[in-house]
Amino acid sequence: MNFLYDILLDHTLITVGLGSAIFGIISGVLGTYAVLRKQSLIGDAVSHAALPGICIIFLITGTKETSLFLIGALISGIIASSVIMYITNVSKIKYDSSLGMVLSVFFGLGLVLLTYIQKIPNANQAGLERFLFGQASTLLKFDVKIMAIVGLLVVFITSLLWKEFKLLCFNSEFGASLGFPIKKLDFLLTGLLVVSIVMGLQTVGVILMSSMIIAPAVAARQWTDKLWLMMILSALFGSISGITGTLISFFVPKMPTGPIIVVVMSAITFISILFAPNRGTIWKIIRDRKNEENINNYVLLAEDRK
Amino acid sequence: MTTAQVEILVIGILTAASCALVGSFLILRKMAMMSDAIGHTILLGIVIAFFITQDLSSPLLIIGAAFTGVITVFLVEMLQKTNLVSEDSSIGIIFPFLFSIGIIMISMYAGSVHLDVDAVLLGELAFAPFDRFIVNGVDLGAKSLYVMGVVFLIDLIYIILFYKELKIVTFDASLAAVMGISPVIIHYSLMSLVSITAVGAFNAVGTILVVALIVVPPTTAYFLMEDLRSMILWSVIFGILSGILGIFMAFYLDVSIAGSISVMTGVIFAIVFIFSPKKGLLTIIQRRRNQKYEFAELSLLIHLFNHEDTDREEIELNPQNIIEHFKWNKKFLKAVLEQLIKDGYVEFEKDLLKINKKGMEYLKTNSIYNINDNKTCCN
Amino acid sequence: MEDYIIKVEDLTVAYEKKPVLWDIDLEIPSGTLMAIVGPNGAGKSTLIKTMLNLIKPVAGRISFWGNPYEKELKRIAYVPQRGSVDWDFPTNVFDVVMMGRYGNLGWFKRPEKIDKELTMEAIEKVGMTEFAKRQISQLSGGQQQRVFLARALVQDAEIYFMDEPFQGVDAKTEEAIIGLLKDLRSNGKTVVVVHHDLQTVPKYFDWVTLLNMQILGVGPVEDVFTDENIRKTYITRN
Repeated sequence: MNFLYDILLDHTLITVGLGSAIFGIISGVLGTYAVLRKQSLIGDAVSHAALPGICIIFLITGTKETSLFLIGALISGIIASSVIMYITNVSKIKYDSSLGMVLSVFFGLGLVLLTYIQKIPNANQAGLERFLFGQASTLLKFDVKIMAIVGLLVVFITSLLWKEFKLLCFNSEFGASLGFPIKKLDFLLTGLLVVSIVMGLQTVGVILMSSMIIAPAVAARQWTDKLWLMMILSALFGSISGITGTLISFFVPKMPTGPIIVVVMSAITFISILFAPNRGTIWKIIRDRKNEENINNYVLLAEDRK
Repeated sequence: MTTAQVEILVIGILTAASCALVGSFLILRKMAMMSDAIGHTILLGIVIAFFITQDLSSPLLIIGAAFTGVITVFLVEMLQKTNLVSEDSSIGIIFPFLFSIGIIMISMYAGSVHLDVDAVLLGELAFAPFDRFIVNGVDLGAKSLYVMGVVFLIDLIYIILFYKELKIVTFDASLAAVMGISPVIIHYSLMSLVSITAVGAFNAVGTILVVALIVVPPTTAYFLMEDLRSMILWSVIFGILSGILGIFMAFYLDVSIAGSISVMTGVIFAIVFIFSPKKGLLTIIQRRRNQKYEFAELSLLIHLFNHEDTDREEIELNPQNIIEHFKWNKKFLKAVLEQLIKDGYVEFEKDLLKINKKGMEYLKTNSIYNINDNKTCCN
Repeated sequence: MEDYIIKVEDLTVAYEKKPVLWDIDLEIPSGTLMAIVGPNGAGKSTLIKTMLNLIKPVAGRISFWGNPYEKELKRIAYVPQRGSVDWDFPTNVFDVVMMGRYGNLGWFKRPEKIDKELTMEAIEKVGMTEFAKRQISQLSGGQQQRVFLARALVQDAEIYFMDEPFQGVDAKTEEAIIGLLKDLRSNGKTVVVVHHDLQTVPKYFDWVTLLNMQILGVGPVEDVFTDENIRKTYITRN
């Protein structure tokens, strides 16, 4: 009996750990692009905007099939990001206002639909609420398989279009002059980002999603000036926090998985900002102090010579 | 309508108005997403305050929550000041971090007491009337009514008192500093008010949707208005309208009030964005379409003027070649030509198109530069 | 008879709500170093961006060697304004210059040895060899401009478009750049530069285009760069 129990526990642990790790990699990779393009908070907006999509799918199909939910979230997310860009480009309304508007209105719509669903007899929306906070602990093998496929797809496309995406992020005008279809590349990259956000909703939930998009990339940036290394580090940090968070939540009773993953990731980020060589804040303080010492010594010597 | 429903309506109106007041300045300062951050981290403040007081209805909760809001702003700015992280990235790192700590604390330690996270986050105005404000055994009404009333007054007084300062600091921080107004004080006082408003409002719409009331009506007003005073006024109007319509929608459909109000802010925005007579999408599209023809006419006229009496006249003034050179299709050129002929600006001289006196007059008054009488082109 | 390789015919461009360029006729011969000058808002950047197919005109036709841009883009290089890029991007000088080879590489392909060699050559030409692995945020304005120029040089194009390359650049860099541009000209290339400094036009350029929403003069500097033409160009319209 004990023996069986152990295996069962192990299995779930592996599943959740793996899922979180894969999610960490995906968000680390795509978050790098988001952060470099100054679109950090798009993750926040898109994840909130996913809710109505999920609800509508439920209303249409009546089932709680995860993959269907993800499609609904994806459509919702793409509409949301398109609306944000449209409003920003076509009017004097600023990007952050567009983000805030789409985020709250879409989410509000999701809430309306949610409360409507709650009244349908036999409708158990526990599955839907999972998307608010994420319940990594309920990740199934199937979910992880999908994540793995998406992960491979993301890595494949990123390496295939490595230089094209680099052009897009760094100097899109120049890229256009070379003949690359910049608008299409933009759409593809945004689409990938939305897909990864939607995947991650199950792990960390809507509210914590922005952290997993932004923090790994920001942390990685402090350690390197090379884009490829930044992306690898970002993926590494993302997956480390995924695995660590999962482990902690399994061994500490009542510890919720999503939030602890975010706490671990934030810790990594703060440490990076403080201690990374060259850029790190503490590093700079130490270096400044050393410089001061050197200057003082120099002045002393100069005065001695007089 | 029942008393409870009336109370809900009034609370909703006060909440919307308060959020619109502070939201106006927030979006002008391009800090819309900060309201999202504050809305979430307030949870942590409430949790900590709860742990200290062990009392769900303690006023300390509100104070603690408002305080957390300010701390959030402070931490975000500290992170950004390292120059290693952009402002929006800072927001996206700090608030999930603080929020996660809040959730962890709730999950691990507050298990026995029901701190309904859903209610805090999503809010349910429907329950507001059940929380009464009782003094000496007298029921003075829903507590939220008084809370939001006070918040509204504070916001209103602040904006009236510091209107000038807010205006200058928002549009030109360095000028403000030169004039002896401290941008820092104005900034943090505004953010404190945003926090207090958000905390007060969480009862009505929950923290997440506070964002809707703080961002959407002011943005709608910003889109529509050119001056600050009108913008603030219309923010409040749009906000109150959203509140009323949202509440009625929720009553009628029996769905979440918070969600309905948010949806309404969006609906009003969409209507203004698309249909507004001067700036709305439809008007702009129509104007662009008209402009396309207007530009086309003008460019054709200029072309005729430029190439008149020159050695390339034969080629350039021939409509056939114009199609090719301008890369217009036949239909478009025909439409433009017909209009020009109808207006009497051009005439056909044998096979060539020539601009006439009336056309010259039209050009002179309508183009944005002076027509030189000497030709400007041609090799 | 001059050999005109760039032809702009009856070009009208509107930007947002306002028209910016009216009925522009322009012919540029090969082997020229030409400046486009005019007041702010005159449409200079818009003109070259339209020629580079980045903006769609209301009317008009642009051809390179008789063909549209899409057919000839491999022979045309673009140096955008320095401010159009975030210099804190995690990349180094070598990487940025290598981007000039991307057009040649086409889709998916990774840079190969030949690309790396050509990139180093271009970096040497602009005198940035020791900075090749330097992160671009650590560069001065002049150095950044050299990097942008190297990126164009590595394309080995026939026509070069440059948007305000001397803006905010130190004297030494300015000298170096104009030297390189003159070399290009001597090799029969065509260089079109949006230029902001009237003083240096006669010294640097052999052709000039005076632009203020319309062409007020185009041709050899000796003929066209007269006081009267300059005055006509810079009188504020409205």
